[in-house]
Amino acid sequence: MSDLFLVGNGAGFSGDRVDAPIPVMRSLIKRGLPAAMFFECLGERTVALAQLERRRDPEAGYEPMLERLLEPILADAARAGIPILGNFGAANPLAAARAIARLAKRLGLPELRIGLVTGDDVSASINLDSMAVHEADAGLDMSSWKLVSANAYIGAAPLAEALAAGAQIVVAGRTSDPALAIAPLMHHFGWAEDDWQALAVGAATGHLLECGSQVTGGVFWDPGFKDIPDPANIGFPIAEVGRNLSLLITKPEDTGGIVDLRTVKEQLLYEVHDPARYITPDVTLDITAAHLAMAGKDRVAVHGLRGAPRPDLLKVTACYEGSWLGEGEISVAGPNALARAKATADVLLERIKRRGLARRARADLIGVASVHDSDDGALWRGYDGPAPQDIRIRLAVEATTRDDADQASREALALLCCGTAGTSGARWRVTPRILTRSFLVPRDQVPTETRVLPAREWN
Amino acid sequence: MSNTTTITLHDIAHSRAGDKGNRVNLSLMPYDPAHYALLAEQVTAERVLALFRHRGATGCTRYDLPLLHAFNFVIDDVLEGGVNGSLNLDGHGKSHSFRLLGMTIEVPRERLNRP
Repeated sequence: MSDLFLVGNGAGFSGDRVDAPIPVMRSLIKRGLPAAMFFECLGERTVALAQLERRRDPEAGYEPMLERLLEPILADAARAGIPILGNFGAANPLAAARAIARLAKRLGLPELRIGLVTGDDVSASINLDSMAVHEADAGLDMSSWKLVSANAYIGAAPLAEALAAGAQIVVAGRTSDPALAIAPLMHHFGWAEDDWQALAVGAATGHLLECGSQVTGGVFWDPGFKDIPDPANIGFPIAEVGRNLSLLITKPEDTGGIVDLRTVKEQLLYEVHDPARYITPDVTLDITAAHLAMAGKDRVAVHGLRGAPRPDLLKVTACYEGSWLGEGEISVAGPNALARAKATADVLLERIKRRGLARRARADLIGVASVHDSDDGALWRGYDGPAPQDIRIRLAVEATTRDDADQASREALALLCCGTAGTSGARWRVTPRILTRSFLVPRDQVPTETRVLPAREWN
Repeated sequence: MSNTTTITLHDIAHSRAGDKGNRVNLSLMPYDPAHYALLAEQVTAERVLALFRHRGATGCTRYDLPLLHAFNFVIDDVLEGGVNGSLNLDGHGKSHSFRLLGMTIEVPRERLNRP
């Protein structure tokens, strides 16, 4: 058994660059060490959107880019003995397993062993009203919400079980992000489920890799301040984990992006609250004693990670529907643009109020203040800087019905004739709103099931 | 010439935002570890909270990581309902790292020692 194991990442979210996995797999194969690759495809509401897809089509509801992501690498991975893991099952892991089986047969791999992990979907099995609400969500008003999905963040053990049963690809729904990296490490090194120090290194591996390019230059580059080579071709990350619990972050050669102390620090703290207690289902990670060292070009060693026991409760994220988002946009430019934009925003809000179309509305002046602003437009209303020459006015409403949201968004369209001088470029759209809330649920109420079959037997 | 100068955090530091529910965390790292103490003195949790008061933020905690030369600010109730509840284009709040980096600080010139 090798003393070094490589973990590559092929996607950091649903919607990531679909050609990113190719150089990662090529690099893993070329290095010839034992390795695995994982895809992290689920954000907080991805499962709910997938659940709505599944309602429309019982064979849908998994990662829509699944085949596109896997086709270029699956045969090479199988040949090289590099297992692939992913939560690309989303709301329908079984349909995803079947889709992978079809792909495998098409690629001439009828014997490819596909593992399926289920049990994360607790929407029918757990009464959430009796469960504790996660502290980050404590302030939200959830009256009138309708449950769409409820999924527990499951840990690494069932994924490692699938690998132990010979799975060459493992498909799951909601897992904790780090579990996708912990599982192959557990399996390879034989880590015990209470080896907190080892699991802490595994959790840090997953945490640093789970957002793909975010540790190799993505959401990092800031021209003139933090430049990176070839941002159109950022290499996705690879971790080298040692039997001695060493951890090093790198990326494939001949790719863009960068791995240095700055990229690793930014990602190490990404979505972390208390750095002494980064909670995963498998271990509580403490990074307060962590420190980093460059170990060559695009190579950063991570030291000083510490582990503490895992929590007794698992996080469950529930998604609800019940209202609609209506958005309308229109532009002004040139002399007096700011005054025309402010007047346009006020008129849009006045129209929504007069017609009683929304529970809540906001207007943004894109080019003056928008993403940093508040619902009441505190920043653009108080703006006293230089006169902007090109402003897009955006109306956003929360409405009870689709029709109200549609009518509200069309108020931007109506300004093509009714608006200020020189108003143009209307766009409007309506989308269902998905709201989320997280709960804490006793671990024993989330049993999981692992099944491994060759591609030809998945029907 | 005054012996202090006004700079933005963006001149000497970098940041990344992450979200969970209705909370956001903002990391803050000086490019030069020598500036860690300067940031520790000037970028207090109170000052960071003030940047987000207009959005209804209710609290801010600063965690110091001297071995990494990094700070982590956790801001409560800042996302107007979170990624799914917000009407903001940036429901994740990922652009807020640059609201933090726009903060200005007064710095004695001799402590900057930048090239």
